[in-house]
Amino acid sequence: MNIKTIDSTDPLIIAGKSYGSRLITGTGKYKDLDETRRATLAAGTEMVTLAIRRVNIGQDPNAPNLLDALPPHEFTLLPNTAGCYNAADAVRTCKLARELLDGHKLVKLEVLGDQRTLYPDVIETLKAAEQLVAEGFDVMVYTSDDPILARKLEEIGCVAVMPLAAPIGSGLGVQNRYNLLEIVENAKVPIIVDAGVGTASDAAIAMELGCDGVLMNTAIASAKDPVLMAHAMKLAIEAGRAAFRAGRIPRKRFASASSPIDGTIG
Amino acid sequence: MQITLNGQPRDCGHGATVTQLLLDSGYAGRRVAVEINHEIVPRSRHDDHQLRDGDRVEIVHAIGGG
Repeated sequence: MNIKTIDSTDPLIIAGKSYGSRLITGTGKYKDLDETRRATLAAGTEMVTLAIRRVNIGQDPNAPNLLDALPPHEFTLLPNTAGCYNAADAVRTCKLARELLDGHKLVKLEVLGDQRTLYPDVIETLKAAEQLVAEGFDVMVYTSDDPILARKLEEIGCVAVMPLAAPIGSGLGVQNRYNLLEIVENAKVPIIVDAGVGTASDAAIAMELGCDGVLMNTAIASAKDPVLMAHAMKLAIEAGRAAFRAGRIPRKRFASASSPIDGTIG
Repeated sequence: MQITLNGQPRDCGHGATVTQLLLDSGYAGRRVAVEINHEIVPRSRHDDHQLRDGDRVEIVHAIGGG
């Protein structure tokens, strides 16, 4: 029997586009562009995040570029607003991304609160989300694992809501699975866990809770072997999704024998 | 005249266009976006848009990020 873990009848749909992979990967922190590409391919991802930054005037403008390693015809690009601490900067960054990528509308909105926690400033995030949706952007929004905020961001018109599992880069894994469950159960847009995953089981837990996907960067890029970890994450996402769809058994306090009780000898 | 390019002061000839600035800085034909005084200057207008004294110009590109 051949059971496909990636099921063509179970796509992830974001802003009207269908994806076979539920893993979205970041492109920061890799050793070089070659490693970035190899890990991205091993992850089987179809969507990658990128950052918008000033060019280094005076340095070689012909040095290899991220978009040479991960060209737009191979991957859906998700420009982020990382490093923005207010709504105005985030909106400005998205407009630069749209110009850079020839009218591209899909963006990852993140407005951070402070450098120590990198927690989202949810008030500025809401403001920016409203402006970006009004400007015609398709907004995938990074937020805290607060169910009320997740609902408000969905109501504003965000195409995906992306609560954190734990602080960015912390590798602590899903810290509040009941909040995530509450968010997932009440959402009509995809819920993507963004940030905090440390290893494969963390990603599987997020998927088993019913999250629609996971976005990660550090867990792969900062692993000892990023390409192997990318592969592990691909398997974890597929396993977690399959387990969610299969429906896990309820937790019970006492044992339940696996072999029949009838017909035992003696 | 002087402009600010990516946060640094830079001398620039009178009437220079965005295209000229991109040529001078080595970014002509590269995948970049240009913003002047917080307003995007679309690629289609790079040839015509003339820089003015005191302009704050940003040239950005895509790099790795999460």
